[in-house]
Amino acid sequence: MEIFGIPHQAFLGQLLLGLVNGAFYALLSLGLAVIFGLLGIVNFAHGALYMLGAFAAWIMLDKLGINYWVALVLAPLTVGALGVVIERLFLKHLYKLDPLYGLLLTFGLALIAEGIFRELYGVSGQNYNVPELLSGATNLGFMTLPNYRAWVVLVSLVVCLGTWFLIEKTRLGAYLRAGTENAALVQAFGINVPMMVMLTYGAGAALAALAGVLAAPIIQVNPLMGSNLIIVVFAVVVIGGMGSILGSVITGLGLGLIEGMTRVFYPEASNIVVFVIMVIVLMVRPAGLFGKEA
Amino acid sequence: MKLKSLVIALAVGLGAVSAFAQASGPVKIGFITDMSSLYADIDGPAGGEMIKWAAQDFGGKVLGRPIEVLTADHQNKADVASSKAREWIDKDGLSVLIGGTNSGTSLAMAKVAAEKKRPFISIGAGSARLTNEDCTPYTVHYAYDTVALAKVAGTALVKAGNKSWYFLTADYAFGHSLEGDAATVVKANGGTVAGTVRHPLNASDFSAFLLQAQSSKAQILGLANAGGDFTNAMKAAKEFGITKSMKVAGLLVFINDVHSLGLANTEGLQLADSWYWNQDDASRKFSKRFFDKYKRMPSSLQAADYSAAANYLKAVQTAGTTDADKVMSTLKTMKFDDFYSKGQIRTDGRMVHDMYLYQVKGAKESSTPWDYYKMVAKVPGEQAFTTVAESKCSVFKK
Repeated sequence: MEIFGIPHQAFLGQLLLGLVNGAFYALLSLGLAVIFGLLGIVNFAHGALYMLGAFAAWIMLDKLGINYWVALVLAPLTVGALGVVIERLFLKHLYKLDPLYGLLLTFGLALIAEGIFRELYGVSGQNYNVPELLSGATNLGFMTLPNYRAWVVLVSLVVCLGTWFLIEKTRLGAYLRAGTENAALVQAFGINVPMMVMLTYGAGAALAALAGVLAAPIIQVNPLMGSNLIIVVFAVVVIGGMGSILGSVITGLGLGLIEGMTRVFYPEASNIVVFVIMVIVLMVRPAGLFGKEA
Repeated sequence: MKLKSLVIALAVGLGAVSAFAQASGPVKIGFITDMSSLYADIDGPAGGEMIKWAAQDFGGKVLGRPIEVLTADHQNKADVASSKAREWIDKDGLSVLIGGTNSGTSLAMAKVAAEKKRPFISIGAGSARLTNEDCTPYTVHYAYDTVALAKVAGTALVKAGNKSWYFLTADYAFGHSLEGDAATVVKANGGTVAGTVRHPLNASDFSAFLLQAQSSKAQILGLANAGGDFTNAMKAAKEFGITKSMKVAGLLVFINDVHSLGLANTEGLQLADSWYWNQDDASRKFSKRFFDKYKRMPSSLQAADYSAAANYLKAVQTAGTTDADKVMSTLKTMKFDDFYSKGQIRTDGRMVHDMYLYQVKGAKESSTPWDYYKMVAKVPGEQAFTTVAESKCSVFKK
């Protein structure tokens, strides 16, 4: 059986791989969407935070002997704490200004972080092995899927749904959303809004770092890994609708699939297909697929 | 009127200064490479330092004039490289330009150097065009090129019975010429090319491309890419079990890539290179000095940076001048023999020297840190590089 001239086994395999990549896009764009939706900050440091997450995991394993499973929790916490510091030191002064300032500041921070790690570890990249428990691969009939990639999809889906539930369906989430609508009013009800905003940025940073830890066994841990990815992830957020949480998750997975298909039919275009879609979406629905029209 | 004469006076004065600088000021060696991005480890700042070492070891002076080394980062942009080269030649009276990694930038610098009549020694760039269709009287291609990589690695593999190839190619000038040169070699030796898939530069995920390669049922997966693209493709090939059904051939692999991936991911990989740190006593001595400073072993490019600068200074000494034409003709008559290689620069600027085919050792065979390669074959320069008969360089036109 063939689908558009491609054997259906290969077709299914590519769909599945697209889903794996989509899981990364979803996880990264989720953090961006949360930060933009609740703080109004266009967080260009997101790629650097993702890189820091991967490096944190590598340093933990290589220098401190901390294994993957502990790093999966500890690395996001560390980077999340760094996010809190960044928010306290820099970002909190910018909320009243044009979003452009936040963009420039976070972009500068990203360049500094990349520069430091490039100086320390060079650009060749560090190798992080797949943890023992998840090594090996499963034969699915139409392709052999490494177990680790299946794990990535699973973690990503659970985290994305959990975050969506927390923000849209719980009381804490309601405070967050109310705080971004009218901070003064929510504060008047006795809720510590600055603290909430600070923790939100920390959580966004932790999400990026989690994606970094998940990526470490798949690609070489490299100071430039974040900047290679961040632009695509921004396109995902724009297509999904800036600030829309569910939108960014669905768009992330969807674009991963579309990109996977492009790799089969016209590989040369695989790194621009997302941007072509972005242009079309911006022309038809400027607020993005899931964004609310202003 | 007054202004006009002032301008003329200034121009004449400045011209005189720079002419003066060329005859008796410091001898300036310029080095432009990728100092901060994906190729910075294989060449980069350490490559610049090697040129400084060569100048120091030469005594810091040539023809009684101090030697000065200028370095710059081209950020992998051809226009940055060529404007920096222009600036150095026009304002600083540069004597020689050395080009680092990235073929695009080297092709651009070669043009500037030819126009301004300055020797240009390209080391890190791979494209064989530099001394083929784009050759100039002032270009020297010193270390390796895409033709040599293809001939050395490709011939050996095809002759060992690996007849059918599938290429995974970086989708830009360098990848295309490497793939093209390799495909020519494969076919010339009776092999076939089952297919090709081209990936964007700096691709984040290779699994989709690898799956296509696997379904081709070819025996060899030829990786016509470099740096981070090579390491990530290699890593994914291992993860997806491609290495069980196909043999992977890296067409441009540096020792830094092998170190980065680890022997577990690279064992058995065959690769072509111009030099290896552990090949003889002189190389080991040079490498130890490098290791003491950088805590890693030098790549072939960094060794070539040192060797090229040292040989240039010798040529200046012999010629008794920094005049470009005289130095170039001296360079082309010299016989080089140092820790890096034994060779000679042909009329087209191609430095012809032996190339090597190496195989990456298994973890058990590797006894000391950075003990990664065993030599499989030594290929004489005449067989490794483009032959005079194959060349399209205009100097060979009768």
